[in-house]
Amino acid sequence: MRLNVNGQDHEVDVVHDDTPLLWVLRDHLGMVGTKFGCGIGMCGACTVHIDGQAAFSCSVRAADLEGRAITTIEGLAAADGTLHRVQQAWADQDVAQCGYCQSGQIMRATALLEKHAKPTRQEIDEAMAGSVCRCGTYNRIRLAIEDAAGISHEA
Amino acid sequence: MKHNKNPNALLSVTKLDRRAFLKLTGYAGGGLMLGITVGCSPEEPSSAQSQPARADAFAPNAYVQITEEGITIYAPSPEIGQGVKTSFPMIVAEELDAAWEDVTVIQADIDAERYGRQAAGGSAGIPRAWMPLRQAGAVARHMLVAAAAARWEVDATELETLDSTVIHAATGRTLSYLELAREAADLPVPDVDDVTLKDRSQFRLLGKRIGGVDNTPLVTGAPLFGIDTRLPQLLYATYVKCPARGGEVESANIDAVKQLPGVVDAFVLEGNGNSRELLPGVAIVAVDTWSAFKARATLEVVWDESRAAKDSTSSTRARALELARTEGDDEIVDDGDVEDALAEGKQVSGFYEYAFVSHAQLEPQNTTAWWHDGIMELWAPTQSPQRAQSMVADLIDLDEDEVTVHQMRAGGGFGRRAINDVVAEAVVIAKRFDRPVKLTWKREDDMNFDFFRAGGFHALTGAVDADGRISAWRNHFISFTHGGGRPVIGGSIRSSIDPGPFVDNYRITQTLMPWQTPCGPWRAPGSNVIAFVHQCFLHELSTAAGRDHLEFLLDLMGEPRWLDEGNARALNTGRATAVIKLAAEKAGWGRALPDGRGLGLAFYFSHAAHIAEVAEVSVDADKRVTVERVTVGVDVGPIINLSGAENQVQGSVIDGLSTMLDQAVTFEQGRAQQTNFHQYSLLRMPRAPDVDAHFIISEFPPTGLGEPALPPLAPAVANAIFDATGERVRRLPISHAGWV
Repeated sequence: MRLNVNGQDHEVDVVHDDTPLLWVLRDHLGMVGTKFGCGIGMCGACTVHIDGQAAFSCSVRAADLEGRAITTIEGLAAADGTLHRVQQAWADQDVAQCGYCQSGQIMRATALLEKHAKPTRQEIDEAMAGSVCRCGTYNRIRLAIEDAAGISHEA
Repeated sequence: MKHNKNPNALLSVTKLDRRAFLKLTGYAGGGLMLGITVGCSPEEPSSAQSQPARADAFAPNAYVQITEEGITIYAPSPEIGQGVKTSFPMIVAEELDAAWEDVTVIQADIDAERYGRQAAGGSAGIPRAWMPLRQAGAVARHMLVAAAAARWEVDATELETLDSTVIHAATGRTLSYLELAREAADLPVPDVDDVTLKDRSQFRLLGKRIGGVDNTPLVTGAPLFGIDTRLPQLLYATYVKCPARGGEVESANIDAVKQLPGVVDAFVLEGNGNSRELLPGVAIVAVDTWSAFKARATLEVVWDESRAAKDSTSSTRARALELARTEGDDEIVDDGDVEDALAEGKQVSGFYEYAFVSHAQLEPQNTTAWWHDGIMELWAPTQSPQRAQSMVADLIDLDEDEVTVHQMRAGGGFGRRAINDVVAEAVVIAKRFDRPVKLTWKREDDMNFDFFRAGGFHALTGAVDADGRISAWRNHFISFTHGGGRPVIGGSIRSSIDPGPFVDNYRITQTLMPWQTPCGPWRAPGSNVIAFVHQCFLHELSTAAGRDHLEFLLDLMGEPRWLDEGNARALNTGRATAVIKLAAEKAGWGRALPDGRGLGLAFYFSHAAHIAEVAEVSVDADKRVTVERVTVGVDVGPIINLSGAENQVQGSVIDGLSTMLDQAVTFEQGRAQQTNFHQYSLLRMPRAPDVDAHFIISEFPPTGLGEPALPPLAPAVANAIFDATGERVRRLPISHAGWV
């Protein structure tokens, strides 16, 4: 199959035509920033963008994505290495504890801000509900999203 | 816990063996300088990453290495989200007087001789490492100053240091540490006792907000975690065990599985009789993860369950309800005369219970193992890498120096990765191949084969006297045993448990029910449930006495004193009082609240930390609980990294809430009934309260903050629900008692 990931076309041979995108990214393309958490679309660690929409890569067949634009955490920063404003906000707010969920969180937050430049707190909470942080960094995730959106923080 | 025999041993080496240093820092090349631990790509095997350390490096101990090119500090212990990859090097940098932005941090490989204990657990990292790390930095600084004094031919006492620079104020001359490294390397390493440590008032770095050293690789998705390990010719494995712990393979359709596309091999493994190491099962090894996982659907195993767990939580709960009417056979403590005091006072009774829970660390268990050149090389996200090393050596009959463990960042630990069962499985599988093998558990494996936080039951009766003070406390704790008369991990209770020291007539008895499925340490073991039971029951007593709970708690603590004089890790009532007052004041304790809203307060002492929490809660007519805000008062001594400390407190509160709302693992026929996150709910952002952490920076020795902010949360919320509704919460998760 031919997949477009982060603006580049990749020719991939997989054993099974139902291989989820997650495992094509991790095992075949060596892009391990997209994480395996539950395999059933419940935790959000595997979140990527498909045509700009946040999606669980563990629950979508890679073979169905030919001709679609896939973006992973590795494709978020600029070519010169400059971090995306959401990534920068995440680093500035020192969001991560273990950090395992954070690439999925960042991908989900980025998709949200593409749709809503200035989301309310409720919109942030609802949009981010698809990604679990087991360490409980939600307070800082909110701050980072508000930073990236240029929203002043609630007292 | 075992202490390092000689914590200063690593500093008593007078001259570093360069060859040993080279061997140890072999991975300190390339990507590591960018802050990436083991960036193994398919094109670049790990062993090719070795770059020779500079022969003229100034490396007076295991933690500090300075060359003309930069300052490197080695982080010795596993990073599981508690922040030690940042906070440990900060302690070294403080005494070294290095500018933080000049420092490159590298995760050290495993070496007990150089680093002593390298493990994550018990919130013991900071208190254990505090002095050795300070001394390591101070020794290096001392030698750099001596080198400058020699070059300038001045007395060392005329020199000071700041931002990686030695300064001679009298003449205005400066030399950077990088310029001095070569000369410092030729000086004798002083005895640690001859080196002066800073007074805490001189700290420049500690207590500041410092971002995690891996923040950039984390936000860009760079490989950091165990599961991210990639090696040339890597094979991918899955391991299928009997869903009831202890079951053995009677037969399996191995030949059919071997024929499946992508499958390289499939075979039965005998267990070694130790559930902490290797259980029997079927390994499937494939060319990629999906092929391995997919083959499980075809695999058919007939299990011999004659020796397997038959555990049932419905049966043990029914039994516990019967036992609650009596006292336990084992007497833990019996002070004063509880029965007399109960008869004379105003009595209160409550039956408390909590479910088994899973660790649910987000990175599934995994290990990559490569058997080559007589060496078993491992990439493992583990909390106890040294125990992994010795276990593997025993398991496959190697010397410990034939087992190499690379410490990988762990996607959460919470106690689960203190046990290295997945490492044992990976090693035994990989030993059959001349290629590296990555074993990855499915989430379903993690849910079923956890070392669970044990459930438990407490039948409590207490009384208050005419003055409204506690006059009696009786607790029959019904827990579990794997046999041999000892409680399971998390199922024991200390005779000195809070509030025992404050109550004259105090009695705890225990009954242990048989239980086969393994239990293990789960964030703040014991404390995470006892705090709920005892701090809620304290509130029942203060309510019965008609007293304000804040006033009641402060009165209970009494005059400032150590409960164990001379033990700086004991409860100090003055410190307790201070954090209780702080949390209450910041939360606006005592203010009028609308209907359906309440405040709850709890204090708990664990891991030498004094922490009080106030929860503000709303409850609607459908019993839906919303925690609006949690305010925390903390005294853990000095703060190392304010950003990290605040993050740990916020995360512990969210974890505590997540667990108390709706987390439970139930068992029937030895099988966990919850298989994945659709049946085991982790708290999501819409239910996450704002958490305000307030720190008292005290002069006491430091302690860790990975665990102790969790235990007070559940009783604070439960007490707040009572305040809002008048209904007691005596069961966790609260969803099992009808709360939403």
